[in-house]
Amino acid sequence: MMAFIRLLARNRLAAFGALMLLLLLLLALVTPLLPLLDPNITDPANRLQPLFSEGHWLGTDQLGRDILSRLLWGMRISLAVGIAASLVAALLGSLIGILAGYFGGRTDNTLMRGIDMLMAFPYILLALAIVAVLGPGLMNALYAIAIVNIPFFARNIRGATVGIAHREFIDAARLSGKGNTRILATEILPNVLPVIVITLSTTVGWMILETAGLSFLGLGAQPPQADLGSMLGEGRRMMINAPHVATLPGLVIFILVMSINLLGDGVRDALDPRLKSGALSRPAPMTRIRRHESSGAAPQKSRDTALLRVDDLRTDFEVGRQRYHAVNGVSFTIQPNECLGLVGESGSGKSVTALSLLGLVASPPGIINGGDIHLHSRHQPSRDLLSLKPREIRHIRGNDVAYVFQDPLSTLHPLIKVGDQLVEAIRQHQPLSHPAARELAVKLLGQVRIPNPEQRASQYPHELSGGMRQRVGIAMALANDPELIIADEPTTALDVTVQAQILSLIQHLREEKGTSVLFITHDFGVVSQVCDRVAVMYAGRIVEIGPTQEILDNPRHPYTQRLIDCVPRLGEPDHEPAAIPGLPPPANALPAGCAFAERCDLAEPRCREGNIELIATDKERQVRCIKPLGLTAKISEGIEHD
Amino acid sequence: MIEPLLDISGLSRTFGGGKRWFGLDRPGVHAVQEVDLQVMRGETLGIVGESGCGKSTLARMLVGLDTPTKGRIFYEGNDLQAMIRDDRRALSRHIQYVFQDPLSSLNPRLRIRDILAAPLRHLRGLHGHALETRLAELLEIVNLRPEFITRYPHEFSGGQAQRIGIARALAAEPKVLVLDEPVSALDVSIQAQVLKLLKRLKSEFDLTYLFISHDLSVVETISDRIAVMYFGRIIEQAPARQLFQSPAHHYTRLLIASAPIPGGPPIVAESSDAELPDPLAPPSGCAFAPRCPQAQEACRARRPLLEAFSSQSKLDTSNIHRVACLFPAREPLSRDSRTSVDETSR
Repeated sequence: MMAFIRLLARNRLAAFGALMLLLLLLLALVTPLLPLLDPNITDPANRLQPLFSEGHWLGTDQLGRDILSRLLWGMRISLAVGIAASLVAALLGSLIGILAGYFGGRTDNTLMRGIDMLMAFPYILLALAIVAVLGPGLMNALYAIAIVNIPFFARNIRGATVGIAHREFIDAARLSGKGNTRILATEILPNVLPVIVITLSTTVGWMILETAGLSFLGLGAQPPQADLGSMLGEGRRMMINAPHVATLPGLVIFILVMSINLLGDGVRDALDPRLKSGALSRPAPMTRIRRHESSGAAPQKSRDTALLRVDDLRTDFEVGRQRYHAVNGVSFTIQPNECLGLVGESGSGKSVTALSLLGLVASPPGIINGGDIHLHSRHQPSRDLLSLKPREIRHIRGNDVAYVFQDPLSTLHPLIKVGDQLVEAIRQHQPLSHPAARELAVKLLGQVRIPNPEQRASQYPHELSGGMRQRVGIAMALANDPELIIADEPTTALDVTVQAQILSLIQHLREEKGTSVLFITHDFGVVSQVCDRVAVMYAGRIVEIGPTQEILDNPRHPYTQRLIDCVPRLGEPDHEPAAIPGLPPPANALPAGCAFAERCDLAEPRCREGNIELIATDKERQVRCIKPLGLTAKISEGIEHD
Repeated sequence: MIEPLLDISGLSRTFGGGKRWFGLDRPGVHAVQEVDLQVMRGETLGIVGESGCGKSTLARMLVGLDTPTKGRIFYEGNDLQAMIRDDRRALSRHIQYVFQDPLSSLNPRLRIRDILAAPLRHLRGLHGHALETRLAELLEIVNLRPEFITRYPHEFSGGQAQRIGIARALAAEPKVLVLDEPVSALDVSIQAQVLKLLKRLKSEFDLTYLFISHDLSVVETISDRIAVMYFGRIIEQAPARQLFQSPAHHYTRLLIASAPIPGGPPIVAESSDAELPDPLAPPSGCAFAPRCPQAQEACRARRPLLEAFSSQSKLDTSNIHRVACLFPAREPLSRDSRTSVDETSR
């Protein structure tokens, strides 16, 4: 609630509207207590007094009634009728919407077709017809306006309810013994309440206008009682010789409705979860970089054959005053035609590491706070990717380095045929004519072993199975013959038999094209199938890196050991998966020393101090631990002092 | 002979279908087809299959979240549909469900107290002091700290949220727990914690588990018996060890060969034109025939029934190895390559 008010206050226009409305409401509330003249006492002798005349600050109307008093009393009525009508409409409309959305089927059909019929009439005609049937009068106008506005609520709330009614927690509530009424009241209502409030806040102003409209036409408030609309209607005839009689109520309506609408928009912005998550803030074309100093030392060109060299990469997320260290000094290299696995649990920073390489971390809130990334392509000198301009980075993306993502359904455009998407990817980087690119696209689909590529190219993503879609994703990554493919959990969403196909495809392509692969996964089984080397990540750092088979056979870091031990192994039913107690540390409060110390049964006091470096234990292996497993104490001491 | 706790016979569920205007048949999707299955008291029956094979639909029918189109389920000899008609809550007191996605099965706007109190109040009729005591007890059972009770679901990690889901299911004091992929959404280290918890709870409360998963290795560690589903049908059913030692159905063999094992032998991939059958136009014979390397003409012509394959244990019907294949594989799975790798890794 406090957060909501703070959000609202930050929106200046909404705060202004809220202030105005508060003032007007206060005025309306205290009107009976103010020393005002009776609004209905006529005084023909003093008719049509101008503004600021004796005893009548705002003059008098055609019957000599005090305009100030009539305005305040009229505003009370307008506000009361408008708000009452909104509440009635909200209550009935929300009820219809929730019932239709929750029960669906025939109930939904009957209720919503009724609502559709209500919406088929122009609203003012409908309101007029209702008043004509019920007879003129303020209460009847209220009913008419409430009925006319029911569809807005019903449709909005139904939409929100449909989205919730099929969620698992509703099934869970049913299994907890809750009946339909209870589910509606305790499970659905709390979730659609924000939508009801949003709809309400944006329609109150409109309803006050409609009330005024009906009264203006003489169908609402009946004389001598007056609301703002009927005052406007009566003053209209004196527009020429006494313009203030009509102008003043018009001005009050304007101020009233404007303040309500400003506040309503503010409420909507503050409550809408899409706006809260920053969906409207446009991310930058590449991640913001704030490097204090580049190490500048480009790797010695003579010895260094690495395709990609990452040094001390740091990526943070800055949300409010919190800083989350997602990637915390990661260094690794990838050789040509090598497959490096990046393994870790969710939140270990493996995906953010991959996205940081080409500045694809959304900014804000992401920011690269340090490090060097050198890409040494075949025909180019070594380039520091973090010092390139957005345009230059764009040239590398999908060309030298390509990505394959986890969920191909969300990365392929649903409305464009897969062939055309491939053509677009090809023509972005290659000067090919459309037919030539198309030919290449079909060839690529064949290369990823999609049967019948010609025909599949003219299908939409939803017409393909999950495995086929991922093949298209891989084909797109291959489109410009990249030297490095970054595959972020490419098989996690797939069934095992399909995963086997995709893994064998990646292996095959690597052999055929000599591409390097950075393979991100949480599954040691997959790693052992495809990766030459593996880097294990924990809390944003690499804790161990080395050849896959050696790490699987003799893990040096206790975390690696325990992570391997908690994987159940097929064909070994007696191998009891050993759980790791506890949780990883939060990324905004990383402890000193080893981040795993809290969960490690070998930890000692010095594990929790200072900064523990990645040390080389064997020729090709490094581990971030002060007492690595499988080495005698003497050797590990020796390494430390090296 | 021991009476099964759950006896499923000829169970089918079709989505869509029915007649269109002018009496034209509308094609329906057969999510579950003629499933026969017995679950014995106190056992863990694993159900394995890939996405879309109907395992979740089967699970939902067991707790009354879905209604069978055909066939019947008996619980302790009572017809499940009749139980639901009489008193829905009676069924929920006996069979409970744990959902796959721990977070989306918890209402984001309710506190943990309200989520856990619902089954206690509505199914067990607890109020006041008894309710509070039981709430504290439940949290302790699933190893959660007592102060968590006032928090909202978004404040929990996946593993903690899944424990809350398990606590909610246990609150009803059920005899059977249907677990629909309870660990697939969790990280491996957390997965092991939850599996361990499930094993402990089972012996502590004499539960019977129906454990549904796509992950063979997880199912293997927890199940006594395993049923493999493909395209809505059970195609093989056997005691866990037997199934992995000598899988008879070629689909089961494919599943086992496809699963990557850390340090294991290279996995075997099918050729890329192997596609799943179209649920709207199911093949006439064996549904696996189009993908099967051993398929023959007869496989495409007639559909094999689930029949006893080995006959070593005739006395206990639940332990029979059954397979729906005309030409089942008879030789045990060769594990030479695997065992040798394991030995070097020790």
